[in-house]
Amino acid sequence: MKILVPVKRVIDYNVKVRVKADQTGVETANVKMSMNPFDEIAIEEAVKLREAGVATEIVAVSIGMTQCQETLRTALAMGADRAILVETAAEIQPLAVAKLLKAIVDKEAPQLVILGKQAIDDDSNQTGQMLAALLNWPQATFASKVTIANNEAEVMREIDGGMETVAIKLPAIITTDLRLNTPRYATLPNIMKAKKKPLDVMTPDALGVDVTPRLKTLKVVEPAKRKGGVMVADVAALIDKLKNEAKVI
Amino acid sequence: MATLVIAEHDNETLKPGVTNAIAAAHKIGGDIHVLVAGSHCAGAAAAAAAVSGVSKVLVVDSPSYATAVAENLAPLIVGLAPAYSHVLASASAYGKNVLPRVAALLDVMQISDIVAVESPDTFVRPIYAGNAFATVQSSDKIKIITVRSTGFDAAPGGGTAAIENISAGVDAGNSRVVKQELTKSDRPELAAAKRIVSGGRGMGDGDKYRSVLEPLADKLGAALGASRAAVDAGFVPNDYQVGQTGKIVAPELYIAIGISGAIQHLAGMKESKVIVAINKDPEAPIFQVADYGLVGDLFTLVPELTAAL
Repeated sequence: MKILVPVKRVIDYNVKVRVKADQTGVETANVKMSMNPFDEIAIEEAVKLREAGVATEIVAVSIGMTQCQETLRTALAMGADRAILVETAAEIQPLAVAKLLKAIVDKEAPQLVILGKQAIDDDSNQTGQMLAALLNWPQATFASKVTIANNEAEVMREIDGGMETVAIKLPAIITTDLRLNTPRYATLPNIMKAKKKPLDVMTPDALGVDVTPRLKTLKVVEPAKRKGGVMVADVAALIDKLKNEAKVI
Repeated sequence: MATLVIAEHDNETLKPGVTNAIAAAHKIGGDIHVLVAGSHCAGAAAAAAAVSGVSKVLVVDSPSYATAVAENLAPLIVGLAPAYSHVLASASAYGKNVLPRVAALLDVMQISDIVAVESPDTFVRPIYAGNAFATVQSSDKIKIITVRSTGFDAAPGGGTAAIENISAGVDAGNSRVVKQELTKSDRPELAAAKRIVSGGRGMGDGDKYRSVLEPLADKLGAALGASRAAVDAGFVPNDYQVGQTGKIVAPELYIAIGISGAIQHLAGMKESKVIVAINKDPEAPIFQVADYGLVGDLFTLVPELTAAL
């Protein structure tokens, strides 16, 4: 079974993002970039399925600028077998990502696509569900446990108020939540090996996909700052403040 | 112009978030219809009809919708969508699961997690864990939107909408719910609670989390929450998590105990009206967003606070 895993290059989760002075977006120059954390979990899950003998090949896909090759090399070092970059400098929104991925799924015919549930830059949480819709495949979003057997995926999902287990027929889409697994670190020998693994580059045009954005960003601003609070000396002072100043108890 | 709000419910009552989505629909303007798709869901339909501003409730009662299977719900909504300018749902696990599937089938880019309506085609949404807010304008004919509950005060009751039954779609047959394990609790739901007591890594372990925080939550009538660190360490179930990828909350009172305040956690709670932080580390980032900070040993301070209330 072949598994496709899309990965996105985003500002590293430890970086404090800064809004540009001209309000057109956030500062990305000279900022550390990494693989979206949920996509690392997706790669890890695919590698685990291959180690368990369920999967035979893992193809990592990224969409974006040339530098996304670094993200793909990380995926290869973690255990993906080969990589595809859809190279473009244009802004690609989730609907266009889903269309590009559909075109790649049509070529590659995987049985499973595992995606991160959301990217930590635009926080959209859409792409997996959209890809499932375009392919008319079932979906199991926000996965915290995955078992594959008898041409079905049994997936435990994180929902509001608890957990839900769904059984979906393959081929299918799974999106990862935080607690599905703990991604491995790429070891130095594996990083070296990853440099020799195949990485194909193609363009949205070659895949026949119109990637014109549907949403226009008019401005990006910083959130309103909370006013600095006060430190209180003891519990009695805290209760006094909550009762008489904030009036919340 | 008319808006269809997709109601999440348990067949009897509406889930928190639905009335906030209806409030967002008010801001957009035009007629508001609500879709209640379920099985034996007359109770939920009646609840939707009683929300102020709703003019019609569409009810589809079928075993196919007994559980919220996106594969079945999406085609149903897609069939209804052309009659509307906007389709809204709460940005809950339910809305996030179902609505992008609808959007893709309609060839529309979803607008996720809006916190404000600027005009019928322009909305404000948080990006980068709420460290920036983007104002976006949609060029799509139908706007598919998920609504962050904390951005909109719930629409009040007092409505008398008409209820109309519609026919069910085809069961996709490729997905089924095997089981649900819902956390049983007499406490308010985290997403809708007016007061929240939240614990972090500083609680030490699950037993201490419960023995120290539950009495305080009981006294305050508060919901219990947690940081990712506390959930990852197994102190509490996953659905306690407050943060960028967990629940986004904005109660009147949020008490963060033993939580250092990673940006991902702050993203989930910094819209709270009043924030109290109790932490032994005076340098903890949580104090930068707290209205009232108390430095010290939580195992002494929290029981003291509980006893004094």
